[in-house]
Amino acid sequence: MSTETAVAQKEKEALFSAKRRKLITDPLNDTNPVTVQVLGICSALAITVQVKPSLFMFGGVLFVLALGNVIVSLLRNLIPSRVRIIAQLVIVAALVIVVDLVLKAYAYDMSKQLSVFVGLIITNCIVMGRLEAFALGNKWWPSLLDGIGNAMGYGLILVIVAAARELFGSGTLLGFKIIPAAFYEMGYVNNGFMILPPMALVVVGIIIWVQRSRNKKLVESN
Amino acid sequence: MELINIFVKSIFIDNMVFAYFLGMCSYLAVSKQVKTAVGLGMAVIFVLGLTVPINYLLENYLLKEGAMVWLSPALKDVDLSFLSFLMFIAVVAAFVQLVEMAVEKFSPSLYASLGIFLPLIAVNCAILGGALFMQQRDYPTVGHAAVFGLGSGVGWLMAIVFIAAIREKIRYSNIPAPLRGLGIAFILTGLMGIGFMSFMGIKL
Repeated sequence: MSTETAVAQKEKEALFSAKRRKLITDPLNDTNPVTVQVLGICSALAITVQVKPSLFMFGGVLFVLALGNVIVSLLRNLIPSRVRIIAQLVIVAALVIVVDLVLKAYAYDMSKQLSVFVGLIITNCIVMGRLEAFALGNKWWPSLLDGIGNAMGYGLILVIVAAARELFGSGTLLGFKIIPAAFYEMGYVNNGFMILPPMALVVVGIIIWVQRSRNKKLVESN
Repeated sequence: MELINIFVKSIFIDNMVFAYFLGMCSYLAVSKQVKTAVGLGMAVIFVLGLTVPINYLLENYLLKEGAMVWLSPALKDVDLSFLSFLMFIAVVAAFVQLVEMAVEKFSPSLYASLGIFLPLIAVNCAILGGALFMQQRDYPTVGHAAVFGLGSGVGWLMAIVFIAAIREKIRYSNIPAPLRGLGIAFILTGLMGIGFMSFMGIKL
């Protein structure tokens, strides 16, 4: 018992070393899962009409990704590599079922609004991508950090897109009126176009444009 | 008539890519050339057209509340619908493996052109999305579900071939450097989505 705590303490010293902090901060910008690695686009676009559902989605992905990463990295030496995809899918599907049931029990409206997209967390490429690329080759603590970092990078884009669409599309944020009534009296009209699905793509395109013009090393050659 | 309606609707109006953003990951990653795009699209039609009816049968004869009455009346109250995610994804993954092995055995030439895309498809959101939409919309027969699956696949093929064709041409245009590649692909897809919205409300 005492040796175990000693080992734990030794690990604790480097728990948030610079290298590990990078696991969390990198996905926010340099290796952002959505805008750089092009993972998990499907759900990032479909549920970003308002901020609230996208926050719930972020919570769901954070839970699945962090826990899935930990579980896979703990089991990584036990899973034969030939069946690893199915093994990962089963782990992820089990976690998603938990998320789905919790949402149905405590936030039924939200679960109706997110409809099939809760289930689609299973095939959200971020989850599979990180399990394959990181959790299969790392210890559980860095995997946890990596999972949290990537989920946050995903959530960041989700919230930016949702905020832009809700603000310009319906003049609200999280359901509160932001654009003052005086604007409407002067003739300002909500841009109904922003609520329609295709505009999500354009907003993400613009985010990528802004990010890459600030961060030159991400620019693609062709 | 109803079947044709579902078919057309799932291609144009409820297009997997433009209306629900499903399968976007492979849509963006594999759309640099028309030839590979066609290969992946074909594989998606094939898998979607077969897994949706299989999942329909599973859903209606195994998972739904009271679905197992055909086994014995005592199972009337059994509701396994919480297992549907697990079942659907297992069916998709197993089916993809099976198809890959079968194609490799019986048609090496088809395998050479399609084979590399098959593993990609197991985690394509469009496939699982097809199963989940099928569950949500409650189609009356397995035929409806199959037609819906095929139609969605055709819609997806169309979308990826279109964007691949545009991206082949756009290579020669003068796009601002930060927008090249991914950025412009997003905006193009958005514009195509706006175009596809004009099909909304069509009924046969």
